[in-house]
Amino acid sequence: MGTYVPNTLQEQEGMLHSIGLNGREELFNSIPKEVRLDRSLKLPSGRSEMEVRNIMTNLAEKNRVFKTIFRGAGAYRHYIPSIVKQITSKEEFITAYTPYQAEISQGILQSIFEFQTMICELTGMDVSNASVYDGATAAAEAIIMCIERKRRKVVVSETVNPEVIFTIKTYCSGLDIEILTVAAKEGKTDLSKLEAILDQEIASVLIQQPNYFGQLEDGEAINTLVKSCGAKYIISCNPISLGILKTPAEYGADIAVGEGQPLGIPLSFGGPYLGFMAAKEAMMRKLPGRIVGETKDSQGRRAFVLTLQAREQHIRREKASSNICSNQALCAMTAAVYLDAMGKRGLEQAAILSMSKAHYLADRLCEIEGFELVYKGEYFNEFVTSCPGSVDKILQVLEERGILGGYPLTGELDGKLLWCATELNSKEEIDNMIDILKEVVGR
Amino acid sequence: MKLIFEKGNKGRGCELLPPCDVPITEVNPNFKRNIELHLPEVSETELSRHYTELMKRTFGVNDGFYPLGSCTMKYNPKINDEMAKLPGFSEIHPLQPEDTIQGCLEVMALAEEYLCEITGMDRMSFQPAAGAHGEFTGLHLIRAYHKSRGDKKRDKILVPDSAHGTNPASATMAGFKVINVPSTKEGLVDLEALKKLVGEDTAGFMLTNPNTLGLFEENILEITDTIHQAGGLNYYDGANLNAIMGIARPGDMGFDVVHLNLHKTFSTPHGGGGPGSGPVGCKDLLAKFLPSPQVMKNSDGSFRLEYNNEQSIGRVKAFYGNFLILVRALTYILTLGREGLKNASESAVLNANYMMHQLKETFSIPFPKACMHEFVISLEKLKKEKGVSALDIAKVMLDYGIHPPTMYFPLIIQEALMVEPTETEAKETLDEVIAIYKQIYEEAVNNPESLHNYPLKTFIGRPDEVMAARNPILRYRAE
Amino acid sequence: MMQDLKFTKTNEWVQYLDETTVRIGLTDYAQKELGDLVFVNLPEEGDEVVAGEAFADVESVKAVSDVYSPVTGTVRSVNEELLDHPELINSDPMEAWFIEVEEVRETTEFLTEDEYDQFISKEG
Repeated sequence: MGTYVPNTLQEQEGMLHSIGLNGREELFNSIPKEVRLDRSLKLPSGRSEMEVRNIMTNLAEKNRVFKTIFRGAGAYRHYIPSIVKQITSKEEFITAYTPYQAEISQGILQSIFEFQTMICELTGMDVSNASVYDGATAAAEAIIMCIERKRRKVVVSETVNPEVIFTIKTYCSGLDIEILTVAAKEGKTDLSKLEAILDQEIASVLIQQPNYFGQLEDGEAINTLVKSCGAKYIISCNPISLGILKTPAEYGADIAVGEGQPLGIPLSFGGPYLGFMAAKEAMMRKLPGRIVGETKDSQGRRAFVLTLQAREQHIRREKASSNICSNQALCAMTAAVYLDAMGKRGLEQAAILSMSKAHYLADRLCEIEGFELVYKGEYFNEFVTSCPGSVDKILQVLEERGILGGYPLTGELDGKLLWCATELNSKEEIDNMIDILKEVVGR
Repeated sequence: MKLIFEKGNKGRGCELLPPCDVPITEVNPNFKRNIELHLPEVSETELSRHYTELMKRTFGVNDGFYPLGSCTMKYNPKINDEMAKLPGFSEIHPLQPEDTIQGCLEVMALAEEYLCEITGMDRMSFQPAAGAHGEFTGLHLIRAYHKSRGDKKRDKILVPDSAHGTNPASATMAGFKVINVPSTKEGLVDLEALKKLVGEDTAGFMLTNPNTLGLFEENILEITDTIHQAGGLNYYDGANLNAIMGIARPGDMGFDVVHLNLHKTFSTPHGGGGPGSGPVGCKDLLAKFLPSPQVMKNSDGSFRLEYNNEQSIGRVKAFYGNFLILVRALTYILTLGREGLKNASESAVLNANYMMHQLKETFSIPFPKACMHEFVISLEKLKKEKGVSALDIAKVMLDYGIHPPTMYFPLIIQEALMVEPTETEAKETLDEVIAIYKQIYEEAVNNPESLHNYPLKTFIGRPDEVMAARNPILRYRAE
Repeated sequence: MMQDLKFTKTNEWVQYLDETTVRIGLTDYAQKELGDLVFVNLPEEGDEVVAGEAFADVESVKAVSDVYSPVTGTVRSVNEELLDHPELINSDPMEAWFIEVEEVRETTEFLTEDEYDQFISKEG
């Protein structure tokens, strides 16, 4: 049994005596008897490291690691360079606290500053914060940022990832914010429906690009509509796609948010991931959470500090516009190292490979009768197809061959599959799956 | 030091991806990026050395004593990190079929069982990603509870004036009005004042216990009963749970909902500001409002994710929370077990009392009788008489290679330093630190002027924070 | 001009521009207590302010403080220069007015300069 307590019982006896106590029990004299636990916790006894390793390894082995994955829907498996894992395993980075003591935290602070710069570069925006929990909470925080006294309604496209929409609903539910949704038309935000609900009370409009179904939205047309009613324009984006696709800034967005997981963070059964938020200069002081700024020290040397702190909960308390404190700093560093390693060329390459593989996958799938693209618009690395026969049966067969197939959609899209490909999917893998599917469907 | 953007040169980089083995898809010009993307162009050597330089400019728990009050900077066991890297956890897609994620669900179920036992709660959700996120979630449970009973008047959350800033901020974010509750001279909740503040509009009360002064609320049962009698619910901020594991449980103190900070009490690393994990536990009366999905056990012993919870407050984030942090926490709980967790708390409280005892002759300690796992020093007198502030004292500590305590918190103590040594520090470390603290104090008394310029040995001196805030430079721009 | 100046116990100065219009700012004593100011949140033109209630706040690096309106009325003008140059409040607090309020209907208790000097000497 390990406790990581260095002092032996004898040493602790000595310490107790030196402060005038006779036993450990006396340390807790201020806790009233009625609330003292009069029994042991009903937990297993402590174990050696070796035993714990066995238990945890056995638990991990009860999960299935798929060699081939054609599923995204909000979590994407991309190639993670070795150096990313090495750098983010350094103990100093892992075990440091939030960098409130700037003089001994320049490493963390500078890495966040570099992260902020890269998020601005990716999205084309002016300022970025140090991260929030994930893409869903980033979208929710962005919506709250835009609320004004006379604008308390927000518009969310139904082509946004449903997990994001659900999160937004929870965030808004206590705040007297009305959420209006715009239905999809042919897999994209229905522009005429959007236009119909826009008015002077709308604070912001949120879309996702590429959207949940993989389709590319008409970002400019939406911008024109949004700006005509004076609302703010929020775009949730896939950071890998920004290696080649138009940035939120180019579409006219006021705020760009997104899930940073594709930037070097493993799938991790859904977390920890990385929410990023960037905005136009005018919205700088409304950004929630920590922000690092550059300044000088007493001798004129370059220095980094947490800045604009008076926006935050530890100073503004009940008047703060967000409660966020801990964020995802180590995940932000992971993304920064990933982007350092990839560089502009590497990111472009990852984006082109992902897009090309997805299109190849779609072409090959459509060779099989019953698989058809449900939407005809432009897409990046995800797309929706129909499915011949039972979705469950087809996915089951693929699962038996070590392949995680497309994600089965529900509701109106019941029976349809949302597919994804990245640079990790080789031509051979794709061809192999097509052969399997042909066999199944032909049967 | 140079930024990564100022290193390397055009055309440099790492070769990481293979050529494309399928026909290349051209991007439709309507959707093509037209603005330049400035990312660093560095070789792997430069990149690797850059972060080694940054690493040297970072102070972690492994670098030395780190007594940040209310933050529980205990040692982060290495086995935890290794277990989180097992491909069977790290390579699992969150939307895999249920039969392929039984191990993940079992981790969640086991952690729920253990953490509920430790806190005296009935159910738990791991969706919240950090403590503040847990507060937000827990307060939404309270909101949903009152709403489900048609009790619409309850729009106020009471918060002690010693509370963490996240408490009132979370209450506002969950749509409540905040009422501050004063503390007594003894540093505890002013029960008489509390009784006057509660009423038909009380939704709930948030409390950290032991509180942020390191004191256990002796009247805890009367406090929680006062809230219950008024029809409100009690919320336990688990920031200081490290003092009482196996000794007392929030559930037995009258709390209805708790959040934990796995990155404090359960030894998962802080990562320079996250990712943490802020699970929310509750009594049965609130269980049906927990975020969706919940892990449930099937009759055959397997696990499922239950989405069909009509009264759930919904999601607070995508997927199931910071799962790999939970893997680390479970590893820790399995390692320590029932005796180990209790021993950890006892040792944490002993270390804090030992330090406080040795320091109370020198420093002004507002509540010197006995503390739990942390204690507060006030430098108000030193500031008045010698002009040396808590900040000055903290900055000298940097030159001794130790991390300063939490500064200027709680807000109700002037010039506060809040010390939480944790259980993972050895006696000789405490003795060294005690000697350093006393030496610094002596210097402050004898030579106050000299203390305004520290630190001198760190990579940078005191940064100009006014300049940073007045003219924010929040990113690098290429010339 | 100076004799038109009034002060409040919450450390604002009030200058009457005519019978129902005032200019409001923070006193020299207040700016010294607050230290280097880094940002100010101001209301908008047309907003209603209420005597005794906060209408703005000022931020230093590690604190935020409310600024209270000494009068009830409508904001006629806002000194937007302070948004870019909050340091003006530190360097010349009497020039660095926050807002002008018209249609003043109600006021809080005002102190004369002498009374205010006495008040802050007790506070300090």
